[in-house]
Amino acid sequence: MEAASTQPNKCCCRKPQAATADYAGPCQPVSDPAVWSLPWVVGRIPTPVGDVPIVSTTLTWRDRLGAWKVRWAIGRMSFRVPPGLYAVGSPDENSPILATANYKLSFDQLRSQLAGRNAWVLVLDTKGVNVWCAAAKGTFSTDELVRRTQATGLAKIVSHDVLIAPQLGAVGVSAGEARTRSGFRVLFGPVRATDVPQFLDDGFKSPSMHLVRFALKDRVTLVPVELVQWARKASVASAALAILASFGREGCSWEGFVSSGLPSGLLMLFAVLSAVLFGATLLPWLPGRAFSCKGAWLGACIAVAFVAAVAWGSVGRFTPLEIAGWCIAFPVIASYVLMDFTGVTPYTSVSGVRWEVRRALPLQIAGIAVAAILWLLGRFVA
Amino acid sequence: MNGFQYISGVVSLTVDEAKCVGCRMCVNVCPQGVFVIENRKAKIHRRDDCMECGACAKNCLTSAITVQCGIGCARALIRSVVFGTEPTCDCSGDSAA
Ligand code: SF4
Ligand code: SF4
Repeated sequence: MEAASTQPNKCCCRKPQAATADYAGPCQPVSDPAVWSLPWVVGRIPTPVGDVPIVSTTLTWRDRLGAWKVRWAIGRMSFRVPPGLYAVGSPDENSPILATANYKLSFDQLRSQLAGRNAWVLVLDTKGVNVWCAAAKGTFSTDELVRRTQATGLAKIVSHDVLIAPQLGAVGVSAGEARTRSGFRVLFGPVRATDVPQFLDDGFKSPSMHLVRFALKDRVTLVPVELVQWARKASVASAALAILASFGREGCSWEGFVSSGLPSGLLMLFAVLSAVLFGATLLPWLPGRAFSCKGAWLGACIAVAFVAAVAWGSVGRFTPLEIAGWCIAFPVIASYVLMDFTGVTPYTSVSGVRWEVRRALPLQIAGIAVAAILWLLGRFVA
Repeated sequence: MNGFQYISGVVSLTVDEAKCVGCRMCVNVCPQGVFVIENRKAKIHRRDDCMECGACAKNCLTSAITVQCGIGCARALIRSVVFGTEPTCDCSGDSAA
């Protein structure tokens, strides 16, 4: 798989032509020298183009802590792996090559599945974003794949031409184009890293390895980061509402804040956060296909719980109009929150989202306006 | 996709049977199991499961597939309407792989 063919004038139609020179610099497995001091780099293996870092296949508490921080949206932007070529075990020229994103979680998931094997791992520069999002954004792309194979001098290290990419990378990588430009045949492997060992052993994908899943576990994993994001937004709205609700007909007072400002603000926060929590976990069981519809149902349940709590006398004093306002606000808020979930679920189409937003958004805006009017009437007029 | 179905009858996916050579690439890359091969031609088997990711169209060597692909994300869509820009995915979500 040298770029220079021994018979320059002959080109078998099945064989790719010499790689176009996209990359001009010197070949280097990993260009960032900081790689050698990374905690998960456990050694080096010499190759014709230089030393390749060997990575550990066991995740340490530090890796897990990092993953945990990402899930709670703490400093997630710095969670990157230097792009380049890495080794697992002691690979040789016949060992398989696996491509992945330079999002540390993707990389960790992959290397932890490769225990006891010899393989090359090609980390593409996806700006620290996972495979799927990167493919959709265009960073996990044919261009980057070609550039990275050339920059690492991969063709001088292995004697075969098969590169295994995660299947979801197919959104950004065209196997045909990658082959003509880099000389490597891209094989789309399993969607999930956990299926990689079996894929390597059997050499083919079983039907279940093709499909994305969105099981309860996957959805629960999403909850923390969504909670943090929404809590930020909701706390602003809650604070504003709490101040507004502290005003009574007699003006603003500490009593007003304690008796209605604080409860109103907390209700707002509760409305949003319960929608995130229950929405993510109960998603497939909520009625309707449109997410906004699922959300409205969820909000209705929250409203019922709210009315019951008021009747029980446990959430402060509200006028009937205020209660009516909240009963409209809950479904609207939950409907909007769940509609936003379309961005993190792996089965929503653009056409569907467009269909849904066009119908649901006007209703949501009208709903929140009605709720606000009822609430204001309840507070200041009735 | 096993119990999850989004809005039906809106997906923009088409296959030009005349161009299709039955290479199975679309079957291989589709994460939703939308295609089956019948008589050496790709058939859309579960149209409503398509999430318009565009992987099939990108990897079909004969350009037999068209799909209006994009990000199925309400936030991106609303933002693009409000600010008059292209929908962009600043998702930092964390799906499998
Ligand atoms: S990838 Fe294109 S040519 Fe190949 S089977 Fe699918 S539609 Fe047909
Ligand atoms: S756009 Fe994506 S989900 Fe739809 S058929 Fe093509 S590969 Fe499958």
